[in-house]
Amino acid sequence: MASLRSATRLAAPARSLFRPAVRSYATIGGEMSRGATPSRPVISEKDTSTIKEPEPEKDSKIKTFHIYRWNPDEPASKPKMQTYTLDLNKTGPMMLDALIRIKNEVDPTLTFRRSCREGICGSCAMNIDGVNTLACLCRIPTETTKESRIYPLPHTYVVKDLVPDLTHFYKQYKSIKPYLQRDTKPGDGRENRQTPEERKKLDGLYECILCACCSTSCPSYWWNSEQYLGPAILLQSYRWLADSRDERKAERKEALENGMSLYRCHTILNCSRTCPKGLNPAKAIAEIKKSMALGS
Amino acid sequence: MSVNMFSQRAVQTSMRRLATIRPTNSSMRILSPAAIATGQIRTAEEPYQDREQEHALTLLPLRLAATSPTSTSLPVSSEEANKLLASQRKNRPVSPHLGIYRPQVTWIPSAMNRVTGSILSGGLYIFGFAYLVAPAFGWHLESATMAATVAAWPVAAKVATKFLIAWPFTFHSFNGLRHLTWDLGAVLTNKQVIVTGWTVIALSFVTALGLTFY
Repeated sequence: MASLRSATRLAAPARSLFRPAVRSYATIGGEMSRGATPSRPVISEKDTSTIKEPEPEKDSKIKTFHIYRWNPDEPASKPKMQTYTLDLNKTGPMMLDALIRIKNEVDPTLTFRRSCREGICGSCAMNIDGVNTLACLCRIPTETTKESRIYPLPHTYVVKDLVPDLTHFYKQYKSIKPYLQRDTKPGDGRENRQTPEERKKLDGLYECILCACCSTSCPSYWWNSEQYLGPAILLQSYRWLADSRDERKAERKEALENGMSLYRCHTILNCSRTCPKGLNPAKAIAEIKKSMALGS
Repeated sequence: MSVNMFSQRAVQTSMRRLATIRPTNSSMRILSPAAIATGQIRTAEEPYQDREQEHALTLLPLRLAATSPTSTSLPVSSEEANKLLASQRKNRPVSPHLGIYRPQVTWIPSAMNRVTGSILSGGLYIFGFAYLVAPAFGWHLESATMAATVAAWPVAAKVATKFLIAWPFTFHSFNGLRHLTWDLGAVLTNKQVIVTGWTVIALSFVTALGLTFY
């Protein structure tokens, strides 16, 4: 393996020949922005071309994937559904394997985020067959008659193809002050201690990886994402409200005491249904509402 | 795993790529073998109609020759870059949402809850207001008159009307109980939500049929 690594390092300088030295941006021509509104209909897969598996075999299990495509270099063009066929015998078991295989072998322009491939980074969150999930944790349904549809996270601004703009989501996370706030020093001058029971209250809250699957599955968040914090951020808000060591609970609740931040939750419960980590944001939000109503 | 294996694979892939190069493609002629071996170009398939543009993206030396009106690559200052980013953001489409999300027993009944609630409260307001102003317009909305009117209808119309009023009422009532339970922070696991959801749907139809026929 070590020798292989050094070999690739040798090959690397050749690559940089073809890369721009300064980071460049695609420009938008004046006439291109004409008629481009944020919400454009998607050109269906019937009207776009199909890209075939490179070398299909006789006993291959050909599965069809329809993938949402939009290229910022052509800002006036509508998003479209591009169709790819892959042989499942040559593809890994997960949706992410299929996407990586398409990118490596079929179409290098397909753009998506991925990193850990084991459901801990949250990069590959997307809408697969109508449900938000992590591509790396989502098995490819093996029945080849069913065609898979892959979209970016719903009702997000698309940067390119399957990459959504999560800037606002992260800003909202920052707004809840996701860190321990204390006004007093710990009793022994060293650590802020917790009993095992108090620690147990944080189970099911701290595991959130902020993949935004739940928030972008919430119809209420679709319509009010400017002001409503959404399930993921409210789960994190509750994580700090439930922490025995935090001393600014009143301040945290005060920030939620308005019509939009918290109370746009109408217990639709898509969030808990879709969470790829099996967490329960709906329960956390219900607990916040309860504690605010009871003043506890 | 050895250098030998790596180089074998490199040779194999570059041979494969070379084998499938289209002779008609003009930009291919000036490519160095190194570019082919390091995977800087794609030749195995032809997924894009706009071949010129793809090359403009992958091969910088050829950028000058490429005639792509939309993507020009020039060094930019961070200020300009931010401006460009802002203009790009204006053009971003919103990804599809309601139309592509899988119908589930979570959000469909939630939408129905709102629709039925609007029908019930809206209906009550409209009827109440109409009843209030009926004498002024000479309308007859008294119970006796309405009962006589409905009695004259064909059976199908009677059944349909009764069901269309009964079902929103039963559904909204039972689902309302579910919402009250949730506000106590209870019955919120996925399994419980699915079970109670389908129970409410079944119960609402059974009781609505009961109200329709009895």
